Amino acid sequence: MLTDNPARKTSVSPVSTAVTFDQVVKRYGDHTVLDHLDFEVRQGERVTLIGPSGSGKTTILRLLMTLERVTEGVIQVNGQPFSGLPEKQLRRARRHIGMVFQQFNLFPNMKVLDNITEAPVQVLGLSRDEAAERARDLLDLVGLADKADVHPTRLSGGQQQRVAIARALAMRPDILLLDEVTSALDPELVQGVLDVLRDIAQATDITMLCVTHEMGFARDISDRVLMFDGGRVIESGPPERMFSEPEHERTRDFLGAVL
Amino acid sequence: MSFLTAFVRSLPSIWDGIQITVLATLLGALLALVLSFVLGLAARSRHLLVRGLARAVVEFFRGTSLYVQLFWLFFALPILGFKLVPLACAVLAFGLNYGAYGSEVVRGALAAVPRAQWEATVALNMTPWQRMRKVILPQAWPQMIPPFNNLLIQLLKSTPLLSLITVSDITFQMDQLRSATGDTKAAYLVLLVIYFVLAYALTLCMNGLEALGKARLGQGRA
Amino acid sequence: MWDWHTAREGLPLILHGFGITLLATALGSLVAIVLGLVIAVLGRAPTRWVRLPLRAVVEFVRSTPVMIQLFAVWVLAPGLDPLTIGIVVLGLHYAMYTSEVYRAGIDAVPRGQWEAAVALSLPPIRTWWGVVLPQAVRKVIPALGNYVISMFKETPFLSVITVNEMVHEANQFGSDNFAYMEAFTIAAAIFLIASYPTSMLMRKLEKRLAH
Repeated sequence: MLTDNPARKTSVSPVSTAVTFDQVVKRYGDHTVLDHLDFEVRQGERVTLIGPSGSGKTTILRLLMTLERVTEGVIQVNGQPFSGLPEKQLRRARRHIGMVFQQFNLFPNMKVLDNITEAPVQVLGLSRDEAAERARDLLDLVGLADKADVHPTRLSGGQQQRVAIARALAMRPDILLLDEVTSALDPELVQGVLDVLRDIAQATDITMLCVTHEMGFARDISDRVLMFDGGRVIESGPPERMFSEPEHERTRDFLGAVL
Repeated sequence: MSFLTAFVRSLPSIWDGIQITVLATLLGALLALVLSFVLGLAARSRHLLVRGLARAVVEFFRGTSLYVQLFWLFFALPILGFKLVPLACAVLAFGLNYGAYGSEVVRGALAAVPRAQWEATVALNMTPWQRMRKVILPQAWPQMIPPFNNLLIQLLKSTPLLSLITVSDITFQMDQLRSATGDTKAAYLVLLVIYFVLAYALTLCMNGLEALGKARLGQGRA
Repeated sequence: MWDWHTAREGLPLILHGFGITLLATALGSLVAIVLGLVIAVLGRAPTRWVRLPLRAVVEFVRSTPVMIQLFAVWVLAPGLDPLTIGIVVLGLHYAMYTSEVYRAGIDAVPRGQWEAAVALSLPPIRTWWGVVLPQAVRKVIPALGNYVISMFKETPFLSVITVNEMVHEANQFGSDNFAYMEAFTIAAAIFLIASYPTSMLMRKLEKRLAH
């Protein structure tokens, strides 16, 4: 895995850094969402971003996925600068990153299996058979082995989200971005999705960046929790400490409101 | 000679006329379809120049009447040294005019595909061409069918113009029959009914196409 | 190929024709806008003896070419002024389209509005005129406007029944002076100059009324 990865071979900063935000600013007009943000995520680390809504957590994931562009500053992925690249090189950089969206964003024009195999075939150049095999394994993993030939619109929200997780994993990303993946689900469906993610966290060494309001889940899977407010990280630490004895007053208020 | 006898006797030439009318409709529609996509996609280009050019072409052909475009191609273009056969003039005019309208349909349908779908294609690292072909277009085209059908019927209804530029279309043939029999009422009624049947047949085809597309999106009846 | 002198000579004639074109458009639109509303309201009639035949007529007229309709009425009603025939037939043809526009507008009025009118025991006339139509018509003004623009661009069909509107005049001037290039280019330019700003206006109106 390491040897066939050119980004890692040529990287200048230590190989163990998966994501670096260096003085990143994101503005929409006059509104500053991220204000000279600095943080790092190590390879294999599970980081959860918490904070009030509008604090810029989702923007971080969207910047990493190149769905938005930084206003100032530099983002590095695996030691390679990432922002401001032209489309061709962006594609090379994006190869390491997968994302699961709040609203699942499955393709309604494809059946479940095709949703998962499409990108491996088109982008990674796998054969249909290889991709299908990979997809079936993943469907098994997320507990939907029997839904391969169903239209996504016929699935519950929780099932759709599990398919979306499988779809992201089929690309074998090093880094998985999870953007409020349970926020659009009915309460009784949340647990199934979180269980799948817990299994993945245990079974793989994939780097995870997670925006969530599920504090129990954050506590279970995270190595580190970052508290955001006003476009900056105001406090960070291991979940045990963050949830039991937060130092910053804003963190205490926030946790007091959500726990 | 009664109208009915004359009608039966001239059935072969009426059939010829129907074929010409249908041919002009289909070729015009084909050209319009191609132009709709070219102009509709160009209107979403990142380059200002491409966008502006597409916009100008669309506004020009929408803004100047089809009738005038056809007559310009038929009467004025030969003065510039390009003489097209009449049927080609008509197909070109239909294609350009309805292609301009159709490009708005394409543009609107592409814009109506949720942005989240585009984001998912980025997250899966697809190329822009893969995004369009595999994800965006399959979701957009069923939405294009009803407005395209309206345009197709409009195009069909424009085809009597053929008779004005010496093409022996169905209108010409029925007009021959009218002067031969002197039965204006019957001749025009038959002509209108022929057009109604053609329009109905086209609509049925397009409805079938739409149902097919929607079924693929899991929206139709399962 | 292009002679400015000829163009200048033809312009007054073509502009005179444009006056007729505008007149036909204005009066034809009036017919379409009024008749379309009548058809839309009748389409909601409680008995299907009104609704079904109406539906059939609308479908038939809508699906058949206006040029042949013009021809047919012109030949079958000799002695009537061609411009009058043109205005009526064009207006009638477009009334089929505007009736659909009104219908969609009426359908979009929330059910609660009808129910409130019933709860207040408003008579049907007041329900339509005071409650439903004001809400329905406002939203459809841009769509109606777009049909007026379409009709404007179809007025050249009137030339086939000898109405001396703009394209008729252009054609006449073109064949008299062998100046088709000048004649039809001027006609095209006038159409563009007149219809482009109008359609921009409709687009703006559409955005404003959307809220």
